[in-house]
Amino acid sequence: MSKHSTPQFILQRLLAAIPSAIGVIIVSFIMTRMLPGDPAAFFAGASATPEAIAQVQETLGLNKSWIEQFFIYIGELIRGNLGVSLTTGQTVIYDLVTRLPASLELTLAGVLFAFIIAVPLGILAALKPNSWLDHLSRFITTAGVSLPTFFTGLLLVYIFYFLLGIVPAPVGRLDLLSSPPEHFTGFYLLDSLIRGDFNLFVIAFQHLILPAITLGIFALAPLARITRASMITILGSDFIRLAKSNGLSPEKILFTYAFRNALLPIITTMGVVFSFLLGANILVEKVFAWPGIGSYAVEALINSDYAPVQGFVLTMAFLYIFLNLAIDILYGIIDPRAGF
Amino acid sequence: MTISIRQTRYILQENTLTLVAFLMFLSLIFLAIFGNAIAPYDPLETNSAIALSPPSLQHWFGTDQLGRDILSRAIVATRLDLGIAIAAVFLSFFIGSILGVLAGYWGGWIDNIVGRAIDTIMAFPLFVLAMGIVAALGNTVENIIYATAIINLPLYARVIRSEVLIIKKAGYIEAAKLSGNGDWRIMARYLFPNALPVMMVHISLNMGWAILNAAGLSFIGLGVRPPTPEWGIMVAEGATYIISGEWWLAMFPGLSLMFAVFCFNLLGDGLRDSFDPRKKT
Repeated sequence: MSKHSTPQFILQRLLAAIPSAIGVIIVSFIMTRMLPGDPAAFFAGASATPEAIAQVQETLGLNKSWIEQFFIYIGELIRGNLGVSLTTGQTVIYDLVTRLPASLELTLAGVLFAFIIAVPLGILAALKPNSWLDHLSRFITTAGVSLPTFFTGLLLVYIFYFLLGIVPAPVGRLDLLSSPPEHFTGFYLLDSLIRGDFNLFVIAFQHLILPAITLGIFALAPLARITRASMITILGSDFIRLAKSNGLSPEKILFTYAFRNALLPIITTMGVVFSFLLGANILVEKVFAWPGIGSYAVEALINSDYAPVQGFVLTMAFLYIFLNLAIDILYGIIDPRAGF
Repeated sequence: MTISIRQTRYILQENTLTLVAFLMFLSLIFLAIFGNAIAPYDPLETNSAIALSPPSLQHWFGTDQLGRDILSRAIVATRLDLGIAIAAVFLSFFIGSILGVLAGYWGGWIDNIVGRAIDTIMAFPLFVLAMGIVAALGNTVENIIYATAIINLPLYARVIRSEVLIIKKAGYIEAAKLSGNGDWRIMARYLFPNALPVMMVHISLNMGWAILNAAGLSFIGLGVRPPTPEWGIMVAEGATYIISGEWWLAMFPGLSLMFAVFCFNLLGDGLRDSFDPRKKT
């Protein structure tokens, strides 16, 4: 346990992520070679003539050894060449970059929803373990994690759109009449506020709420469980007993002393949940016609358009590695005991 | 064998919720085995005259867009959905156990290679990796099983490995070594069986997840093809009709899925409580 400075700690974490990144690239390379269809045809695009494909085959070095091909592949990746989508006619990298904010906005909203519901549930359950409230919270969260996300989404659409009519039809981020706000962050909620268009904000919010809840329900269980567990541990510890015997008010003990300490494992779990929801996103995006990268990949997959699928898998893996890295670093900064 | 039956009874008596889960489990197994015989109608028989009719006495769960009986389809689908999940979980348990025991017992380069491979799998969002694998291997039911098995592999390998690391320091392993048992014999006879109880919890929780995963893949159009009755596909087909109010198409297969997953999750929680009272959730 030597004392390292924060930059050193960050560097160490960055280095530790390299093997995973290499692994991901290898898997993705194997995937390109195994995918049905000719990789040269991928990179050449839809309307390529046989001569053009042969030429791409030459430049891609498909007649060379596997090792050489691997390094050529890495070269293409570094230049950001993920091939061309046959369905949209755009480069895959362009499609992914324009669609990524939609997925991120949805996932963030989902995590936020889960946090707002699950953390109070967990705290209440921890204050009275084995009470009816504890059992209820356990039942709700287990039910939440047992619901297939795509089914939850459809159920919510049926109740809130068809029966109650209080949310718009599941047709994506905005209704057909509105045009997206000027691009700053790509998050419609933020962009509409930046431009001061409150109407658009409401429309974007109405469209976001159901998919976000659908995603969030799935994340309730892990968050509520970890909140409960860490609150119970901390509420039973010596410094809480000391605070109690010193006559501090219960609110102060609960929020200032206990909750702040319980927050660390909760943050770690939030990170895990966030990256997990990124994967679950695919199904929710399909249900709500959400124009994110998940629905993009599904559409491509159905049309046997494999370059986008491969680009999507690669993007997700790197996002995932990056997220876990960010959580590690954040954790190390918040809790000096975890740094090494 | 008598001990394990007594143990099971003890576990079930201790926790009513686990008992409920166990009964749910038995009913699932029953449907999986006898589903084809007890389904009231042929799950593939279409009848456009009664298409999209809501639940009634003749068709308890209603009929779908082709007039097929949804109750029969949901019942018959049990075997396929459970089958995929069981096959996938068994495969990853089998391979994961071997890798985990080897890595934990011998350490060294085997441990390094297994560790790296596991890290690589875990570097992907799992559902995304499963999707990629099915795309690469081809769109068939077997490949759904392989994909689900691969993404679950790290769980088993890791848990077994850490169990083995603890168990191999125990006195009876030393004793077994000193009395002349070879490495393979020690792994097969002493290490693996003693790591099993902990695995049961993971298998149960993992089954629920495998069912969700497989159904999710068929929901996006991978693996099982229509008109085969399968819960994920049935929900996908019903999705279009939700907006116009024909809720029963997606609702009943969705509830069946939830029933199955809920059953395994409850079972897993119950098993965890009885194996390790300290970790009570």
